[in-house]
Amino acid sequence: MVKSKNSTSQVIDQIGTQERVARLFSRSIKKESKVQALHLALSMIDLTTLEGKDSSGKVKQLCYKASHLHDSFSGLPNVAAICVYPTMVPVAKKALEGTGINVASVATAFPSGMADLQAKLDEVKSVVEDGADEVDMVISRGEFLRGEYEYVSDEIAQVKEACGNAHLKVILETGELVTLDNVRLASDLAMEAGADFIKTSTGKVSPAATPSVVLTMLEAIKDYQIKTGKKIGMKPAGGIGTAKQAVQYLVMIKETLGNDWLSPDLFRFGASSLANDVLMQIVKQSTGHYQSKDYFSID
Amino acid sequence: MSKRIDIQKTYKLFIDGKFPRTESGRYIKWTDSNNTTVVNICRGSRKDFRNAMVSARKASRSWACRTAYNRAQILYRIGEILEGRRDQFMAELTLQGLTKKQTASEIDQSIDRFIYYAGWADKYQQVFSHVNPVSMPYFNFTVPEATGVVAAIAPNDTSLLGMVSIIAPVIAGGNSIVILASESFPLCSITFAEVLHTSDVPAGAVNILTGYRSELIEHFSSHMDVNAILYCGDNGVDKKLVETNAALNVKHVIQFPEQNWAKDEHQSPYHILKCQETKTTWHPIGV
Amino acid sequence: MSKTIKWEYSPAPEGTDRIQLKEQYDLFIGGKFVAPKSRQYFDTINPSNEKKIAQVADADQSDVNRAVASAKKAYNNVWSKMAPKERGKYIFRIARLLQERAREFSVIETLDGGKPIRESRDVDVPLSVAHFFYYAGWADKLEYAFPGRKAKPIGVAGQIIPWNFPLLMAAWKLAPALATGNTVVLKPAETTPLTAVKLAEIIQEADLPPGIVNIITGTEKTGQAIVNHADINKIAFTGSTEVGKYIMKAVAGSGKKYNLELGGKAANIIFEDAAIDQAVEGIINSIFFNQGHVCCAGSRLYVQEGIADEVISKLQKRMETLIVGDPLDKNTDIGAINSKMQLDKIKMYVNLGLDEGGSIYQSSCSLPKKGYWHAPTIFTDVSQSNRIVQEEIFGPVLAIQTFRTVDEVITKANNSPYGLSGGVWTDKGSKIFKVTKDIRAGVIWANTFNKFDPASPFGGYKESGIGSEGGIEGLSDYVNLV
Repeated sequence: MVKSKNSTSQVIDQIGTQERVARLFSRSIKKESKVQALHLALSMIDLTTLEGKDSSGKVKQLCYKASHLHDSFSGLPNVAAICVYPTMVPVAKKALEGTGINVASVATAFPSGMADLQAKLDEVKSVVEDGADEVDMVISRGEFLRGEYEYVSDEIAQVKEACGNAHLKVILETGELVTLDNVRLASDLAMEAGADFIKTSTGKVSPAATPSVVLTMLEAIKDYQIKTGKKIGMKPAGGIGTAKQAVQYLVMIKETLGNDWLSPDLFRFGASSLANDVLMQIVKQSTGHYQSKDYFSID
Repeated sequence: MSKRIDIQKTYKLFIDGKFPRTESGRYIKWTDSNNTTVVNICRGSRKDFRNAMVSARKASRSWACRTAYNRAQILYRIGEILEGRRDQFMAELTLQGLTKKQTASEIDQSIDRFIYYAGWADKYQQVFSHVNPVSMPYFNFTVPEATGVVAAIAPNDTSLLGMVSIIAPVIAGGNSIVILASESFPLCSITFAEVLHTSDVPAGAVNILTGYRSELIEHFSSHMDVNAILYCGDNGVDKKLVETNAALNVKHVIQFPEQNWAKDEHQSPYHILKCQETKTTWHPIGV
Repeated sequence: MSKTIKWEYSPAPEGTDRIQLKEQYDLFIGGKFVAPKSRQYFDTINPSNEKKIAQVADADQSDVNRAVASAKKAYNNVWSKMAPKERGKYIFRIARLLQERAREFSVIETLDGGKPIRESRDVDVPLSVAHFFYYAGWADKLEYAFPGRKAKPIGVAGQIIPWNFPLLMAAWKLAPALATGNTVVLKPAETTPLTAVKLAEIIQEADLPPGIVNIITGTEKTGQAIVNHADINKIAFTGSTEVGKYIMKAVAGSGKKYNLELGGKAANIIFEDAAIDQAVEGIINSIFFNQGHVCCAGSRLYVQEGIADEVISKLQKRMETLIVGDPLDKNTDIGAINSKMQLDKIKMYVNLGLDEGGSIYQSSCSLPKKGYWHAPTIFTDVSQSNRIVQEEIFGPVLAIQTFRTVDEVITKANNSPYGLSGGVWTDKGSKIFKVTKDIRAGVIWANTFNKFDPASPFGGYKESGIGSEGGIEGLSDYVNLV
């Protein structure tokens, strides 16, 4: 099994990765291509609320926003999903009925993952029963960092099984894995164990999604596709608050994985404030005027 | 009782750590100023040079890869052996017209020159290397590195010190050398080769030829495997020829005028640098 | 499933409205722009559309004489007598002025030479500025650069600049020459004279005393007149090995000093344990940077057999994402080939590679109709014996070979008359030092490629040149040590 890094995963050079990112991010996306990118970015958002103070009221408001992003402006897509804590899944499911918007739930003792496996599996089964279309699990970083890759891998495989038909996103919490070599190895482990998506972060640890981490994960996805023919999705989460960042990530996807991944089926942004910035940019592109936050709802 | 007959020395070439006669079979009759001593000096040929070059090229990598400490010790060893051979050099230098005082001084200087450069062999890279503060997350450093094989025309007006002053910095810097000894004063060159032979200098690192400049300079400067051509002298035609031929494969050209090599200013780490390349290495700094 | 969209980048051209270009440029001699005695001018064209941009003076022997006389006078009367720290201040001033007009210079560099604006904006111009800054500070610190010796200027330097990095190479040559107290007659390349004449404007603005820098445009015969001028004390040249050899012969016996930055055919070596994705990106940078018009380009790729298929397949995919086209578009990765002559040469080599039995892969990009263009190209199934492996193509053409062992690849890497640069990619530290030590070349990039910095010396072994530019070492070629 996976024990030695060298035998399983590609090594990653940090500086080379940063330079590649800088080159990708220097693309200049203007005019029509920008409008197109902004619409695409909206449709890829997992609108997220993951706070201890979340209530059914808050979640309902967010769900309404998900399908009514900015009603005064026509032709906007809905976001891809709402991402909530397990207890909020029934609320979200009901609120989103008929919208086509998915309900994603974090699970497996999010965000730390510090619970025994059975408790995690029970939680997963419970959110799926409650109607979650997507499950965002966290890997056991402590086990990973002490080299227990097999444990991490088995855990993912069991969660995948518990998911049934629900899509599994595996959160690596890259901010705790620290090195890109670890990010790559964890990506490979997660995909081999059955992840439908790999996801950078919980949003509770800093740094969350960094461009180098995202690029490393995209390249892991590419290699996995070359090896197996399977297309795994990608979800950077946390730290992406501006339209500019979102467009830069779309450039990164396009130039690493190609147009196939430019779809909510294979790429998501985990973010709470991104949607409004993208909306402001869309309106600006249309009207030519820079926008004020006062004109965009903040659910 | 009959008088004992002296055993006379045969002056041969020094190629690949061995003492062959010239392949051409030719010789140059050398006579001292009193016409009392006659010596047959090998008239080295184009092919002798070619053979020496093959050996020098072979030796250049291994010599350059010796540790600096080891090269320093070997240079010091050359000085030691020179000191031990003092009498023989005295006799040859005297025969070549030097006064007793001049002779002593030339030998002292020659020995000291090796000691001087022995000391530099493990320091010049330290003094002339740099870590360069580039504006990117890279570790970047520059080190002088031996150019490879040096073909040299030794100073003509000294028999020992001039040649020593050329050879020492070249080999201290890890190069191998093929050198044409003074045409006018060739006697010490082969005795000096015997010193090298007993000083742990690897075969081929230093090759010494005797012969005519006019015949060999063309080949020294045009050989395509020579990395640097070193010329000592003031002959304008020769200098132009050397510089022109250097263009064939972009050789380094190093020139010294005829000069009094006894002066301290003619020993310098900058002489070592003349036969060095500059290598710069970049590597990212990351995790 | 949602449907996948085909998202393409809209054109993002850099504006040309903020640059100032005249229709005609004269020679910059003695601090003034003067009409050439020859009365001849020639056109400089934009290689991406073959349109004329401006015309520049064609300096003849008498113009060279004027420029050299002016440089000699300035050397004797002004520059060699000026306090070094004041010399430095002028160079700092040039750096600042260039920095302020960076955008304008980037656009002109791209118009005149065909390189992508991304590169002229992010590499050529900022690095040029950095060079002036770096060497400005050396002017009054030379005693620290040469322990035990005193550095004296040489006199008048004749500097001949290539067309691949017109402004940057001018900066590489001017900055150290001025810092060490020499005066200069500089000739830009025939196809790319504009940033040099614009630099002359900056030098004028900087109030540099007349004659210290003279910039004269012209053709091959102008260059020859400089090389052969009796009052020039030193030649600095960047360009082909062929011309370098011509210069060596021309100055033989004259006592002129010279430093030469010549051709290359660098080996870029990828080991099995390398970070593959970064190595692939490194290969792209090594051969497609500036359309491959780079003397240190990694034009010979050596891939260890176990990863050859993977690397080549990734390289091909990556080539497809390179954007070839309008050099002024901010998204362009590969611009125009600098001249028709160069394009013909590249095509000749590509045909030769095919004739020699090499397997070709070219990016499927479409090339503009007007102008000089060449698709990114790689060759496999070639060996050391192929001419496209041996000779410098100076274009976006990569020759790929596989290897098995470290010794084998070092031997092959060194099996070339050139020795300018090299690359090695491996995750193993000790292997890096082994390979970088054994490769006979002046600049070795380990786990990177084509990086430049004013503090970092650059120069070649063997037929790649004599001397170094950049760093402390870059001062040596402009001084006599006493």
